[in-house]
Amino acid sequence: MRTIAPLLTVWAALLALLGLTVGASLVLTGTPSLIASLAIAGLKAALVVWVFMQLRREGGLMRVMALGAVFWLLILLGYLVLDYATR
Amino acid sequence: MADTAQARQRETTLMGMYLFLGSEIMLFGGLFAVALALRLMHPQEIVAASKHLHYGIGAANTVVLLTSSLAVALAVAAAEAGKIKGTVVGLQAGAGLGIGFLALKAVEYVSEYHERLLPALAPPEAFANPAAHLFMDLYLIATSLHAVHVTIGVGLLAGLALRVHHRSLALPRQATGVEVVGLYWHLVDVIWIFLYPVLYLVR
Repeated sequence: MRTIAPLLTVWAALLALLGLTVGASLVLTGTPSLIASLAIAGLKAALVVWVFMQLRREGGLMRVMALGAVFWLLILLGYLVLDYATR
Repeated sequence: MADTAQARQRETTLMGMYLFLGSEIMLFGGLFAVALALRLMHPQEIVAASKHLHYGIGAANTVVLLTSSLAVALAVAAAEAGKIKGTVVGLQAGAGLGIGFLALKAVEYVSEYHERLLPALAPPEAFANPAAHLFMDLYLIATSLHAVHVTIGVGLLAGLALRVHHRSLALPRQATGVEVVGLYWHLVDVIWIFLYPVLYLVR
């Protein structure tokens, strides 16, 4: 039960966040909508990676390994935004 | 000593999987970069194009995929506890929900085909403007590439369920085999978590 309870809690939280993102899309538009949907998606991804993928029980090296790609991705997307935002 | 060797073997296996998953993140990352560029350049056209997509079907499919991830996470927990039946049931449920996702996606594609929303199958005049056409190109490529990943994942989960059932994968000693397939499945889920709002919920 000790291993199963957090999995069920996270699943319920993920469904609630899905409802929240659909709800937000009905009321928000433009940049606030983009930020809200990406923030909620980021939170959902974090829950999956931390609890479902069990990164919370791994050591530092494994965490770096798992999250390294996120760092490269942020470089890709960050410079892309810089380019378009400063034209 | 045996325990240390086994722990080291597990770390190596997981690390290799994470390296592969990193390459998958960058593969889809290119598509997300396209989505971001399109949205920054043509905000109004992309909002109009996104509103044509069936966000209800997309939400239902998100529920299906999140639940399949739960099933696989439960299977990994069962595998580590040496529970063969629980592992098999969890993996089968994950694979079954994966097939459900693909079926729902197929229904969605068919209705989009009839609404003349799918590029290559609809003439260019069917799209309101070139930006909408580009957005639907991105939609088709991103969702079909994701569907290919779901298909591979279903095959892996079903094959693993069979191996655990026939005891050709000994639990809990070889639970890492279940764990790495689980990691792949969860990443496919994470990619969908981002694809859903980026494609269906642009407002």
